[in-house]
Amino acid sequence: MGKTFAVKALERASGESGLAPGQIVDAFPDLYMSHTATWRCIKTLEKMGWPDLFDRDRIAMVMDHISPAATSKIAGDHRLSREFAQRMGIKNFFDVNAGIAHIVLMEHGLVKPGNLIIGTDSHSTIYGALGALGTGVGFSEITAAWVTGKLWMRVPESMKILVKGPLPEGVYPKDVMLKLIGDISADGATYFSVEFHGDWVESLSTSERMTLCNLAMEAGAKNAFVPPDAETMRYLEQHGADMATVVPLASDPDAEFARTVEIDGTTLEPQIAVPHNVDNVVPISDVAGTKVDQVFIGSCANAKYDDLAIAARYLKGRTVAPGVRLVVTPASADIMAKAAADGIVTTLIESGALLTNPGCGACAGSGGAMADGEVTLSTANRNFRGRMGSYESSIYLSSPAVAAASAVSGVITDPRLVTV
Amino acid sequence: MSVISTDKLGGPSIVFGDSVNTDVIIPGRYLVSIDPAELATHAFEPLGAEVQARLLRSPVIVAGRNFGCGSAREQAATCLIGAGVKAVVARSYSRVFFRNAINTGLVAVECPAAVDAVKEGDDVWVDYTAGTVTVGGTDYAFAPFPAVLKEILEAGGLIPHLMGKFAKEKS
Repeated sequence: MGKTFAVKALERASGESGLAPGQIVDAFPDLYMSHTATWRCIKTLEKMGWPDLFDRDRIAMVMDHISPAATSKIAGDHRLSREFAQRMGIKNFFDVNAGIAHIVLMEHGLVKPGNLIIGTDSHSTIYGALGALGTGVGFSEITAAWVTGKLWMRVPESMKILVKGPLPEGVYPKDVMLKLIGDISADGATYFSVEFHGDWVESLSTSERMTLCNLAMEAGAKNAFVPPDAETMRYLEQHGADMATVVPLASDPDAEFARTVEIDGTTLEPQIAVPHNVDNVVPISDVAGTKVDQVFIGSCANAKYDDLAIAARYLKGRTVAPGVRLVVTPASADIMAKAAADGIVTTLIESGALLTNPGCGACAGSGGAMADGEVTLSTANRNFRGRMGSYESSIYLSSPAVAAASAVSGVITDPRLVTV
Repeated sequence: MSVISTDKLGGPSIVFGDSVNTDVIIPGRYLVSIDPAELATHAFEPLGAEVQARLLRSPVIVAGRNFGCGSAREQAATCLIGAGVKAVVARSYSRVFFRNAINTGLVAVECPAAVDAVKEGDDVWVDYTAGTVTVGGTDYAFAPFPAVLKEILEAGGLIPHLMGKFAKEKS
């Protein structure tokens, strides 16, 4: 019986061999990411009496959740992190101008196939887009890893997701993931290493693979994975990864998957997650016409360059509906620069969009709050009650195409009915 | 000596359904704090004052599937500790909430049979060493924690566990 990717990655990270699902090992991650939670890690380290750092080059910090600072308290937290990084010689420190941690780390060549990466963010599953094992942990665990270099990990069972493509025009990887989460529910993949396979998955860009691996978390996944291939190598080279240290891992052909789920993308229509859980998923025809007060195009799920380009296609030469706020928050500074260079930013602004600095923005509740009774259609990955302002407001989730088309009409709109 | 008592933990329970998420347990706007007592004043705020008041009277949380789904925020566990919660009994947890519970010293056990037996307000007792949840005079077993997790939990969480180890190495 062959080994799964997760078994191989944890054997590599633990130095042990012959691992099987269910075993608990001490694993040494290649990278420990902390975002705006960094100050909590530093305070915890202070409590511990400042023991030595295990390997400062494995530490990465990105000030992404509330950037720029909204209050003097947060400004102080940022300063603490900035000064700590400088004092300790932590070179992978990214300040408030950089963007969302996950995207920034991948854009800087810090995520490589076969790596084990932990982060103070549940959507760390996204690193599987480059063939790494990424998973979310609390800030105490990052602090502990700073000091000990390791954490306990349970070797997960694996689940195979087979997607049949191509997708119809106007349907995107986000729709595939919402359909999957709706089908298997918010805990359908809990504790699983979720692997995406099939010709359609192989045809996707790294950015599109990020959307798959990011959203897998909303089905409970421990980590997500797309087998690294020529596209992965292209992305890594383009983003300056140290190619000499790249050792891709993938499941053996006869590896055991505890569960296989098939999604037929060829007949899929755009999908919407309706309030207040990500697995409340319906086809767009069920909710088309629902009035929206705000549209948010942002987050690590869907505010990458291709997402902004798709939105711009639906917004070019059109204007946002009267009374609707369209908030666009690029995932990173690099993405924003590229979108500015080729006219996407101009298209968005001319349509009436409010373009913010890169970062988590409204998805993490920083700006873009809603009043009682309001509705936001969002390209993010969570629609939990109160996540964007009032506890009496509602969030719907969709692809960037649905979001852009809906911003123009002021109601949830099927992008397939819009001429672009 | 264990920080969590080896005696039974428990008392009146507050009961929730499936997929209680971290934004409901502790809204993101309050993550600027790591003080359990301060966080506790905002625990379950989206569900209203009545639920919050009941939480403070309930040392045991009983929940359905996928408790704590969503964010990796560790404060989802610490706010419950601040509110006086001694144990959580659920059908299942999101993996990161479970890790955070262990790492902050909060007893979180999976025991679907006990969840089935509980009604709102019932006394629920968790005997950590025996591996049982007691509801209305009936004991329900739960799978014991692996040794490494038990060690962390009994030290009161990951950081105290490490500090204890460092202190031992020094002496």
